[in-house]
Amino acid sequence: MSVIQVNELSKYFGHLKAVDHLSFSVNEGEVFGFLGQNGSGKSTTIRMLLSLIHPTNGYIELFGKPLGLKRAEILEEVGAIIERPDLYPYLSAKEHLLLFAKLRSKKITPANINETLQKVGLLERANDKVQTFSLGMKQRLGIGIALVHNPSLIILDEPTNGLDPQGISDIRNLIKQLSQKEGKTVLVSSHLLSEIEQIATQIVIIHKGQKVADGPIQKLLDPNKMIVQVKTTNDEHTKQFILTSNFRNYLLARKQGIYLGLPDYEIPLLTTTLVNAGVGLVGVETRNSLEDYFLQVTSNTNS
Amino acid sequence: MKKIVAIEVYKIFRRPRTYIAFGAIAALIMVIQLGLKMDGQSYAAFLMKDINETLTVDGKVLNGYLICYILLQLLLVHVPLLVALIAADMLSGEANLGTLRLLFSTPYSRTQWVLGKFIAASIYTIVLLIWLAFLALFVSMWIFGTDDLFLMKSNYVVLIQEKDVLWRYVGAFVFASFSLLTVTSLGFLLSSIANNSIGPIVGTMSAIVFFTILSTLNIPLFSVVKPYLFTTHMNNWKEFFDIQVNENNEAVFGSILNIAKIKTSLLVLALHIILFVSASIIITKRKDILS
Repeated sequence: MSVIQVNELSKYFGHLKAVDHLSFSVNEGEVFGFLGQNGSGKSTTIRMLLSLIHPTNGYIELFGKPLGLKRAEILEEVGAIIERPDLYPYLSAKEHLLLFAKLRSKKITPANINETLQKVGLLERANDKVQTFSLGMKQRLGIGIALVHNPSLIILDEPTNGLDPQGISDIRNLIKQLSQKEGKTVLVSSHLLSEIEQIATQIVIIHKGQKVADGPIQKLLDPNKMIVQVKTTNDEHTKQFILTSNFRNYLLARKQGIYLGLPDYEIPLLTTTLVNAGVGLVGVETRNSLEDYFLQVTSNTNS
Repeated sequence: MKKIVAIEVYKIFRRPRTYIAFGAIAALIMVIQLGLKMDGQSYAAFLMKDINETLTVDGKVLNGYLICYILLQLLLVHVPLLVALIAADMLSGEANLGTLRLLFSTPYSRTQWVLGKFIAASIYTIVLLIWLAFLALFVSMWIFGTDDLFLMKSNYVVLIQEKDVLWRYVGAFVFASFSLLTVTSLGFLLSSIANNSIGPIVGTMSAIVFFTILSTLNIPLFSVVKPYLFTTHMNNWKEFFDIQVNENNEAVFGSILNIAKIKTSLLVLALHIILFVSASIIITKRKDILS
């Protein structure tokens, strides 16, 4: 079942197309990675999913219901953290959770509040005012607010902002637990692509408001579509050579370095061709991470 | 909606800024009461100097009722500024803090949030007014005692019997609550437009000063708009202290000279409140939350 269905969604701020005919869907129980560079339209899309921004065009359906018509019903089942963890400095962590729990129709007991505080590692600081919290602690509390009413869909926009490595690892484990043990659907956007790679099952990549790639992460990182970095003594000369060779169609547009996207079986022939052409070859490195894929698809769109 | 109001009231009274207004009012009233307690007789003599030759007044002129009247004249001009501190921060403060997106992504609609926040700001305003009434009226009655209320108007004197005074203060405070709620709603409207609280707070104060000047200027050009300005009506709580006289020029117990003026003023103020709050709802509903 599709928990999020976005069809031809657009948002224009005057002449600026922040989101342009974006369509994607998220299935129940998935951890869905929502990726894009700064200013690509991720947060605008997330805000439209939460009815904070009015779409210019397009259609959003959550849990099979249209957001425009069933907003209240839908948002009962959604928990979200949006960009920065902005909170009330004069209230404690516990007070935050109590206040936001009150805004839900579900019955949330003090035990549930403590459980949420435990989940995000803030139980010992429950009664401290937020003004004494570090950025990482505020981020944890923001996640706590998103989880306190036990929602079915959790939207996390940059949840690891400001967290130290241990905090990032804790959040990664928490997201895995929410999806695998509790069956929650999680949409997560992050700059930390390695993190997304470890937790997401599906991704969508947007660039300049448009979708440039989507699908199961395993399929997108297909070993038959390797990204190869060629290190040489003279990159400019080598690039010129590749542009005249049979490998010209594999060359990826990058500001620095030489990158080719090609099947792994072509790598020996590439190496031989370069050596035979007298290129000062320093090394050929194969890369197949989400980060490489992300840079590949966003660079192609830039060019 | 009840939940929103409860949460917003809780938030208001958990903020240190809220207590500035309560502290300021207490300090001002206590200083004036202390001054009048120490040197009240010379103040009373100064008040009476023009009529001493034609009128003999028995009893305590400087009693709790007169002190309250003096305090209200002084303070009801400035309390709107204290009200603006909170009301003009209700939406813009959340936008500035970034918490508006947390609130507006809950199942409650924006209309419910705006109304809930307005009711909470109104509760704060009323509580502030009750605090003012307690200090200005009841503490003054306790310190200075009670007697007939003797008021010097611009070209006449009003003498209201002791037993005929208290209900007038109740009426005056109810009227003042309408005046202050108009300020609350204006601050609220400006708060819905801005993304930080400085602009709406200064804007509310500026609007009050600007319209008060228009209301008090006797220029024919402005006479057309004057009846429709809320500032023209805000100080009409004083009408509760103008009393009818019979054919023998004796005060009529329990009467008000111009009740129609009070009714008109209440209507104008109420219409302003409805207008400002409705505009706040429309603006907030259309707004994209980008903060």
